Amino acid sequence: MSARDLAKEQPASFAFNAEYLALAKKVIAKYPAGRQASAVIPLLDYAQRQEGWVTRPAIEAIGAMLDMAAIRVLEVATFYTMFNLSPVGKTHIQVCTSLSCALRGSGEVMKACKDKLGLGAGDITPDKAFSLIEVECAGACVNAPVAQIGDDYFEDLDYASTAKLIDAFKRGEKPKHGSMIGRDASAPAGEAITLTEDPTKPIPKQDLAAAKAAFEKAKAEAAAKAAAPKA
Amino acid sequence: MPKLTIDGMAVEVPANATILQAAEQVGVEIPRFCYHERLSIAGNCRMCLVDVEKSPKPVASCAMPVAEGMVVHTRSDRANKARAGVMEFLLINHPLDCPICDQGGECDLQDQAMAYGADRGRFHENKRAVKDKELGPLVATSMTRCIHCTRCVRFATEVAGVPELGAVGRGENMEITNYLENMLTSELSGNVVDLCPVGALTNKPYAFGGRPWELRKTESIDVMDAVGTNIRVDAREQKVMRVLPRIHEDVNEEWLADKSRQACDGLSNQRLDRPYVRKNGKLTEATWPEAFAAITAKVRGLPGSKIAAIAGDLCDAESMFALKGLMTALGSANLDCRQDGAALDALSRASYLFNSTIAGIEQADALLIIGSNPRTEAPILNARIRKRFLRGGFPVGVIGPDVPLTYKTQNLGNSADILSQIASGAHAFAATLKNVKKPMLIVGQGALARADGAAILSVAREIADACGLVKDGWNGFNVLHTAAARVGGLDLGFVPGTGGKDVRGILDGAGKGEIEVVYLLGADEIDTNKLGKAFVIYQGHHGDRGAHRADVILPGAAYTEKDGLYVNTEGRVQQALRAVFPPGQAREDWTIVRALSESLGKTLPYDNLAQLRAALRDAAPEFVKIDVIQAATWGGFGKAGQVSATPFEYPVKNYYMTDPISRASRTMARCTEEFVMGGAKKTGTDG
Repeated sequence: MSARDLAKEQPASFAFNAEYLALAKKVIAKYPAGRQASAVIPLLDYAQRQEGWVTRPAIEAIGAMLDMAAIRVLEVATFYTMFNLSPVGKTHIQVCTSLSCALRGSGEVMKACKDKLGLGAGDITPDKAFSLIEVECAGACVNAPVAQIGDDYFEDLDYASTAKLIDAFKRGEKPKHGSMIGRDASAPAGEAITLTEDPTKPIPKQDLAAAKAAFEKAKAEAAAKAAAPKA
Repeated sequence: MPKLTIDGMAVEVPANATILQAAEQVGVEIPRFCYHERLSIAGNCRMCLVDVEKSPKPVASCAMPVAEGMVVHTRSDRANKARAGVMEFLLINHPLDCPICDQGGECDLQDQAMAYGADRGRFHENKRAVKDKELGPLVATSMTRCIHCTRCVRFATEVAGVPELGAVGRGENMEITNYLENMLTSELSGNVVDLCPVGALTNKPYAFGGRPWELRKTESIDVMDAVGTNIRVDAREQKVMRVLPRIHEDVNEEWLADKSRQACDGLSNQRLDRPYVRKNGKLTEATWPEAFAAITAKVRGLPGSKIAAIAGDLCDAESMFALKGLMTALGSANLDCRQDGAALDALSRASYLFNSTIAGIEQADALLIIGSNPRTEAPILNARIRKRFLRGGFPVGVIGPDVPLTYKTQNLGNSADILSQIASGAHAFAATLKNVKKPMLIVGQGALARADGAAILSVAREIADACGLVKDGWNGFNVLHTAAARVGGLDLGFVPGTGGKDVRGILDGAGKGEIEVVYLLGADEIDTNKLGKAFVIYQGHHGDRGAHRADVILPGAAYTEKDGLYVNTEGRVQQALRAVFPPGQAREDWTIVRALSESLGKTLPYDNLAQLRAALRDAAPEFVKIDVIQAATWGGFGKAGQVSATPFEYPVKNYYMTDPISRASRTMARCTEEFVMGGAKKTGTDG
């Protein structure tokens, strides 16, 4: 693997639409004169939201807006893998396949995508409706396996729930994000098994002296056992 | 001034110094790759890790400021282990192809791996491979060797002022690249080769040309522009293999312009290696006595007013001095060293020097550039202007065509009458100059080599006087020359004597038949068609314009083949040394003039270089001290006249070809094709 390259086919031009231009101006205004370059990440994000991906004309346009050389913008765009440097589908599925998710069955999630959409990692459907990539740890290991679709996390996936999600997106719906098995955020799936005590009651006082004496006794016994000649 | 201890030695350094700088002060060597004293601090190679007491981890000494009472160990077990670890990581993805790498023998990674590395690695997986980048005809790339020190990126962005290089991707996939495979468009691009601590960026024309230990190194002076860059000429046998910069803080720091570095292959092409005499309209090979006989037959008995001499741009002071002596002996006052007809006044030294000095640019507060494009006329000097610009508070006004100079300029227009407005104070930029402590102006040959050049020089002087450019301890009046020989020629008075003709007069006279013999000492930049029926003697090293027109050719030595004195645009006398011998029957230039003088019966009174230099110093005391600038007395020049409204044109149209050597260079031809003509499309049969 080498550094991510810009897509071969590029649109001829790029300009922010009115909505994103207003947002961009607001971000640029946050920084003092001469430090506009600090706004490069938000602007790249706006460009990606507008176009679906970061195009070469967008990189150059942002460079011109922020008084930066195009190569400086390209450095940032290639550093962060969240910036797509080639076109993605309208529904962009990012499946985490790092260790925790892999152990909890991200392979099934990938398989569901393959079966339902015919997509392997890095593919895009011919009608540009769906695309799929593998990503490194999405930071939601406790709810593994997880996939990011658009801006939302869909957690505790398996083959069936992934297929259901894809069907919903195909119908143009906006399925509810979060845990697919009804967990409340990252709370345990069943009943709580720790911290079950009543938090309002005082913690019972421990007999530290007795605990220490027991520890010392065990230590002395172990030492005596080690020192005893082997029979 | 914090005091700290490094390896048991106490040292006191300025508060903003880093540990690495403090260590250098006490002579403790700390290995490094990314740190370079002329570039910003990156701190990304980690090779300079040292052990600091009370610090939980080894610290990167290049980026760590010193603090009072710090105790640093650079040779402790922890420091050694940290270095060995960093080295092991660097070598994980380094190909270890030293036997076929051009950097071998002068490679920082090689040296430091020997000094600080382990003797084996523990990495058994596949190494990565990186696609090579196309940086143009001067810099070859082998990016798999890159260790990502980012020196080249910082050089391009900071010093060269062309932010075209960058590091894309991250982690193991990081690559140094140029934006969208464009070439590196800088006149200083060759310096990234010197900066690269490994063999990722190497000298393309010199590729696989030699090993550093095979080369004979001679310290010399560059003549491709008037900066007088200090160079080291590396030669093998009788061939100049490459040219590298030497450090001279007041001239070139440690940079070298591309033409000066890469035109050296022109020294082996198109050379004049034997005398020629024109017989029946054809130049035929001749011996030295035959050539001298042909000249003697023509010159003997001719009155001095019918003889003229023009000195070229690459001449050493000795040959010009000898030729001046010969012309005086022949009774001729028709001498000129200003091929382009620049209106320079040889009588007032301050009128033709870069009085602020190159290092002095860093003290200036405002700059007015008149008819000069320093980026192509003197890239090294331009880098110094950029260095000053980056510190801020440095308005730069330009009168001339608007071209990118790598720093922000204010184009005041392109008409000579703006000058008079500034002089009279009517123009806004006059206030900019007046309101700062150390203003300066640069007059280029684009302004002086015109019919109204003398008037422009005079107006420039008026500006200097009116806007306070000249005061105690500061002279902000500067002339930027394009020819290495120019200041030397003016210093020793290679200009028309009483009643003598200048270049225009000589060419006119030759056309009309008033001048019958013209002696061209390496003069190729004149319009040789205007020489009419004159008998032309060409003494030089390349078969260029002058030699084509010549009736007698005397083969001389190029700058790498003779000991010579050159005076740079600041008036700094510098000595070039011979690196190789002239080819064939070619001889050092002053000896040719000396031999000819004997043949003409006007024997010059010196038999060796020491005697000649003694005579030269008697005649022109500027040459007494080498590498010392004698400040010139201000005033005593300028003839007011009518300034025409013709727009300025910059003298250097194609940076890569300005003199016979660079015109004979294949590398420079390639650069011209790529950079100036916009890169012709290559066909399948190319090269």
